[in-house]
Amino acid sequence: MRFASIFVPNFMLQAVLRTEPALCECALALVDGNPPLCSVVAINEKAARAGVELGMTKMNAAQFAGLQMRPRSQLQEKIAHAVLLDIGWAVSPRIEDTTQDTIVLDLSGLTHLFGEEKDIGAHLAQRSSECGLFSNVAIASNVDTTRIAARGFKGITVIPPRQESKCLGELPVSVLCPSVETVETLSRWGVHTCAAFADLPVLQLSERLGQEGVRLHALARGATSRSLAIAEPSHSFEEEMELDDPVEELDPASFLLGRLLDQLCARLAARSLAAASLRVRFELQPFFENALDVHAETVHRASPPGVYENELQLPIPVRDSKMLLKLLRLRLQSSPPGAPIRKIVLQAESARPRATQGGLFLPSFPDPEKLELTIARIANVVGEGNIGSPSLIDSYRPGEFQMRRFLAPLEAAGAGRKRGSVAPPEGEQKSVQSSMSFRIFRPPVPATLELHAERPVRVAFQGLRGQVLTASGPWRTSGDWWREDPWQQDEWDLEIHFQSPSNGRNAGAAGHPDCGLYRFYYDVLRGSWFVRGIYD
Amino acid sequence: MGSKAAALRLHVASALAAHVASPFVYRDRPTVETVPAGIGPVDVLTGGFPRGSLTEIYGPVCSGRTSLLISALASRTAASEVCALVDARDAFDPASAEAAGVKLKHLLWVRCRSVDQALRSTDLLIQGGGFGLIALDFGDTPAQAVRYVPLQVWFRFRRAVESTPTVLVVLEQESNAKSCASLVLQLRMQEVRWSQAYGAAGKNPLHHSPGYLLEGSKSHAEMIRSRAKREGDRLIQQEVFMHSGSNGVEFETEVIPGMHSLKGGPGQR
Repeated sequence: MRFASIFVPNFMLQAVLRTEPALCECALALVDGNPPLCSVVAINEKAARAGVELGMTKMNAAQFAGLQMRPRSQLQEKIAHAVLLDIGWAVSPRIEDTTQDTIVLDLSGLTHLFGEEKDIGAHLAQRSSECGLFSNVAIASNVDTTRIAARGFKGITVIPPRQESKCLGELPVSVLCPSVETVETLSRWGVHTCAAFADLPVLQLSERLGQEGVRLHALARGATSRSLAIAEPSHSFEEEMELDDPVEELDPASFLLGRLLDQLCARLAARSLAAASLRVRFELQPFFENALDVHAETVHRASPPGVYENELQLPIPVRDSKMLLKLLRLRLQSSPPGAPIRKIVLQAESARPRATQGGLFLPSFPDPEKLELTIARIANVVGEGNIGSPSLIDSYRPGEFQMRRFLAPLEAAGAGRKRGSVAPPEGEQKSVQSSMSFRIFRPPVPATLELHAERPVRVAFQGLRGQVLTASGPWRTSGDWWREDPWQQDEWDLEIHFQSPSNGRNAGAAGHPDCGLYRFYYDVLRGSWFVRGIYD
Repeated sequence: MGSKAAALRLHVASALAAHVASPFVYRDRPTVETVPAGIGPVDVLTGGFPRGSLTEIYGPVCSGRTSLLISALASRTAASEVCALVDARDAFDPASAEAAGVKLKHLLWVRCRSVDQALRSTDLLIQGGGFGLIALDFGDTPAQAVRYVPLQVWFRFRRAVESTPTVLVVLEQESNAKSCASLVLQLRMQEVRWSQAYGAAGKNPLHHSPGYLLEGSKSHAEMIRSRAKREGDRLIQQEVFMHSGSNGVEFETEVIPGMHSLKGGPGQR
């Protein structure tokens, strides 16, 4: 069996650089600890060249001109570790989460997919750099050798079978991670490399250094044998960013969201997945909490004070970061956070990407991703609840329906259309009835009716007066008597001849015809007449 | 001037006679692809609603405009196409539409509160693409408000749909799109049909018998303009609008049975 290991050198620093790539160009030091005892815990090469050393206090480090200092971010380290795992799962289903900066992959069967072992190593290194982590990759026949080689050698290293001891020989003993006492002892003996250590006799080493010495000796010879502790893949992807200065405007926030979405989508792409839903969470400036509470009550009751949450349910899995950013922007425009943002958390639930096969003779459908964007844009114009697909509900109450989220049908049930035909296909014509349609007045228009022998003879509504030519009714309906809002109505279909208004204009000129066919109803519970709508 | 041009044409035609039979005649005009409106007589009259064009249906209320539009929506959704209805006054009745054959799952309904909202929504839908039919319903919007829509809006709509398979239908009280519309239909109500003879009680009867039931209505559709010209069994595009006052048909619509007690929900009918 062959294994590969990915090691990210200077992990703490790379975790920060991943979110702030511009810092690569300058001398950078990470500081950690409780003030005033903050000390430098990581530095880049430029900072080292400038004379900055690990363990230096923050006050001392601040004296170096041009040195950028950032606090160590465990949050970014957690995310960078998740990214590292995603890189591993993108290539092999069997990986070991060894340490925060190291993973080990099982390469069994992967040569058929990726070619030679060197190609696999190059592929891993490339994926890693695409995700903002520059790593060392080593391939060997046992788990520990590959891990040690990745820590010891820069770039891509392939150790042929039975060459482990020879290859590891030139590495310093420190790559075996011995204890401080063991390092001191070996230093006193003049043993500095793995080769020198491997040449020591095991029995005598055991007598002097105990079990640790035996274990380190086996590691130095590349003779250990253990199986991988397989890690379970996660289907939730999270990216976070803490801001030094709170962001008030949507535009700069969109810029930051775009960067996080790029990283999120790169991780999803690495795992051949897409986002099925996207959850955005803002931690807001505490000063504005009171103002936020008013908004949170109306929009997001579940969110705790000082936190804004919004969820984007996608009709199909998407991993286009630009598309997601547009959707997110539109959502934030319609329901803005209401206070400056100091932390952004993006969480995506993953799903398999959509795979559909189109057809030349199938009806065209809106592209689901584009449709979602169009719907979001229109929702910004007309309001969230005013766009969707109408759906009838199980009730006889007049005008009852609900708006559902519109999802473009992905499968085409019908046959293809005939191009350029004058006459419609026969089947299509037969399936459609020539039904009289109805237009509803929302809300119903109050009306005044004059009755004769309990039947309408004259009507007046919206400034129009008319005589009833023909009346059909009453159609009595009632329901929901067990609820707080029961209904009981007498409906009439009335053919009305409108009279000329008093100002001399005739009804037709005012936008109404001389005659019309309307549906009126008498609300028995309210004791009033209303116009429900018009037959058209 | 005219005779000089005619002479020049004749000269060019004679010079090219050996190569081209008639150089000034369009040999192959683009075929207009149409979709059925769902009402037989209207389909016979118009050949269907053209794709990639703006179709205008106008007339007063109760003239059968909405019935024609709903029939077209039912026809398109029955063919598994996705349609959109931009409802400028929120007047769409889902219950009667479903009873008329519209597959509501295939219909995107945009409920607007103003003409501006409706125009912006339509613009976005056309740009989005992929819809079989987009209907812009100004049926209840005051004619004056729609009249104020600038002509360039209609031109933009026309340009936006012309290279797409989308049928753009605009429903209004008056014709406003002018030459931007490829097909213009004017509708008016002929009569309302009741279950008993209308004229039985005289010219201005008050039919108050409980036995009267609404059966349907008869409408008259007149084709005011059409860019399509019938040639054999196909419609071809022509540059000059046909304009004739004798292109009319009558069609009947029937009231949906149980109209007063329509109920939604799966399995209810």
